[in-house]
Amino acid sequence: MSVTSESVAEEKTLLAKTSVGFWLYLMTDCLLFATLFATFAVMRDATAGGPAGRDIYDMPLVLTETVILLISSFTCGVALLGMMQKNVRQVLLALISTFALGAAFVVIEISEFVKLINEGYGPQASGFLSSFFTLVGTHGLHVTFGLLWLVILAVVIYKCGLTSKLSRSLTLFALFWHFLDLIWIFVYTVVYLMGVVR
Amino acid sequence: MGIDWSFWLGRLGWDALPDNIVTVGGAIGGVLGVLFIIGLITYTKRWGWLWHTWLTSLDPKKIGVMYLIVAGIMLLRGLADAVMMRAQQALFATTPGVSPIDADMFQQVFSAHGTIMIFFVAMGVMFGLLNLIVPLQIGARDVAFPLLNSISFWLFFAGMALINVSLAVGEFSTAGWLAYPPLSTLEYSPGTGVDYWIWALQISGIGSLLSGVNFLVTIFTMRRKGMTLMKMPIFVWSVVASMLLVVFAFPILTATLGMLTLDRTIGTHFFTSDLGGNPMMYVNLIWAWGHPEVYILILPAFGVFSEVVPVFSHKRLFGYTSMVFALMAISVLSFTVWLHHFFTMGAGANVNAFFGIMTMIIAVPTGVKVFNWLFTMFRGRISFKTPMLWFMGFVVTFTLGGVTGVLLSVPGIDFQVHNSLFLVAHFHNMIIGGVLFGAFAALAYWWPKFTGFRLHEGLGKVAFWCWLFGFLLAFVPLYILGLMGAVRRLDHYDPSLGWQGLFVVAGIGIVLILVGVFFQVLQVAYSIWKRKELAVGPDPWDGRTLEWSTSTPIAEYNFPTLDEVHERDAFWAFKRSGKKRPTSFSSIKVPKNSGFGIYIAAAVFVMGFAIIWYMWWLAAFALVATIVLAIAAGMREHVERTITAQEIARTEKKLWGTAS
Repeated sequence: MSVTSESVAEEKTLLAKTSVGFWLYLMTDCLLFATLFATFAVMRDATAGGPAGRDIYDMPLVLTETVILLISSFTCGVALLGMMQKNVRQVLLALISTFALGAAFVVIEISEFVKLINEGYGPQASGFLSSFFTLVGTHGLHVTFGLLWLVILAVVIYKCGLTSKLSRSLTLFALFWHFLDLIWIFVYTVVYLMGVVR
Repeated sequence: MGIDWSFWLGRLGWDALPDNIVTVGGAIGGVLGVLFIIGLITYTKRWGWLWHTWLTSLDPKKIGVMYLIVAGIMLLRGLADAVMMRAQQALFATTPGVSPIDADMFQQVFSAHGTIMIFFVAMGVMFGLLNLIVPLQIGARDVAFPLLNSISFWLFFAGMALINVSLAVGEFSTAGWLAYPPLSTLEYSPGTGVDYWIWALQISGIGSLLSGVNFLVTIFTMRRKGMTLMKMPIFVWSVVASMLLVVFAFPILTATLGMLTLDRTIGTHFFTSDLGGNPMMYVNLIWAWGHPEVYILILPAFGVFSEVVPVFSHKRLFGYTSMVFALMAISVLSFTVWLHHFFTMGAGANVNAFFGIMTMIIAVPTGVKVFNWLFTMFRGRISFKTPMLWFMGFVVTFTLGGVTGVLLSVPGIDFQVHNSLFLVAHFHNMIIGGVLFGAFAALAYWWPKFTGFRLHEGLGKVAFWCWLFGFLLAFVPLYILGLMGAVRRLDHYDPSLGWQGLFVVAGIGIVLILVGVFFQVLQVAYSIWKRKELAVGPDPWDGRTLEWSTSTPIAEYNFPTLDEVHERDAFWAFKRSGKKRPTSFSSIKVPKNSGFGIYIAAAVFVMGFAIIWYMWWLAAFALVATIVLAIAAGMREHVERTITAQEIARTEKKLWGTAS
């Protein structure tokens, strides 16, 4: 009896520690993005005679990206609900959909980048493009790392079921994924929408 | 058809080896030193012991000691750089051609001096102290994430290793300790120096960031039952303030260095002087990190003094609450003053006025702290032991530095002395007089807790007086020189300026500091030799906080039982309550050793080195290795081992038996 209550308490402190720690990590990441946003805000007009944002943004494509990422946040939430109901099948299905959507997002972003670079508007072309590629690319890199985390998590959950450690990890992953969604909302607004309005 | 070496080795070639007499000497000395240590360990067959007891240990007490050892060695290296600069300016600067150090070398020396002293001495000392003291003071057995703590240390070590490798392979940055562009862009610094600087800082900076998260979580979630926030020892509060700054400021450094890296490697235009690049953006960003950074360093030193002064005045700390508010005020305000580092940028009178006023305001909470310490001493029974002497030396030098700092915060005055030796003297006043004296006070104060014997008092006092007068002799002339118009980073000047006399006085000052360092080394060596005679109990100073309640040496699990605390000075109250030490124990879990800290840091080191030399295949390989290792570290199972109640009873009996 005392052993179980002890291990429950242990699990609780462990969850407290990891979630406080992860929130703090997310804050540091938030500041990393804040720095890149500030740089973008300073450099958005530093086009050095090259194109400005409104000349090169493919807005319908960016909207598609945004919708895809938002839906992936929803499926990620479904995975978390499944975890709470101890429904491994639901967790895995939701994670697979999240992966597919996240991967689609990354593929679209890469295709956008490749197109710009082929047109001669790579990150070396001007200060504006440097800050654009770095801000959007850093977000994309985060999503890519999220996908890697997701794959490992899904494989291990498939093998071992929802152990307490994996549930903790899934909770943190969900935080991370929603955080990236939030950052993207800012990217969409500050970089794209504010770039095309005058 | 030969092998395409440039693919495998990037830009690394025979010309990377040093050619200047000073670097050759430094490189040979460094390599011989490392070989000697490796030989000594092999000869005494200590590798297994070293690996299992120290290198892979996740015990914060051991990680703390490793931080302090690395920082101590780096202090000697940074000091050697300082001696070279003082010698150059005092002896060789007026006659061209006689110096063994040319202008390029001189620039490397001052860049290395600043970088090493801030990142690998001051930061190392601070994180060392945090590891040693914070878990004990909050009555915990460990930090929140033991493996992450080890990874942080080894990343710090990897950064330190990179900066020292630059001595033997390649060159170091000539762009100063903050590498302002456009000088630090590829166009004006095409060599490997700035890249070494970037990666040494990036790697150790990420280590610091992880440590910041780790210690905040430790303090927020692992305090002893009953220890509410306002009952925490004041040192812990100073750590909270400092680590909040780490968490909020270091990401800015990471991003800024990242952008500079992109500029230098793939040719973006963030900070270049063409195609829309904006060098002043870099200066803003680096100081948005850099100004909080100086408070990151000084706040724990304030914490140390807040522990030392009450204990050696035999009084409660005066104004605990105002101390806490002052700490928090400083940590918030420190984000609002960064522009005072470049009033001359031309941001306009109103912007300068705002930042000037904010800078004056931040001096207020600092002044509150100084008065609190003085009032703590007031009508106390002061014992003038070395930690207290360091504190009193600190008050004098720090007040001098504070006053000149407020002078510099007036934009009109700043325009006159910007980038002069007046500024150099000011910030050395803060960092030597504040951070370093704080570290020395902490060393003398907590040394007996971890070793069971105290440091020799007489030698410590000699060292203190040498440091204090050496410091004043070395830096007061720089104030005067600064006012006379001497700018910083001069490797030569015209003799007709009449500066040489003051530079010679400053040179004598650093000789006196060297004598002080000699006495410190002697003090440690002599105290270890005479440890039987200097042996003390677990509570030699009649301490007030929980770390003094443990046995000495401290058991791996720190505290055998976790009794609730009720008072701010928890151990002081315990001693007066007449309660006895616990006699019944239950089992304790402690983290097992892990080599992942070393593996990950090694992979990151290789990645940094490969990027510096453009060995892209190796960089990619090391990046993949880092990710795989990080995943493996995250998947570890059975990370703890259990110490049984019987073992604890035996250990406690043994430890307290030897102590009394």
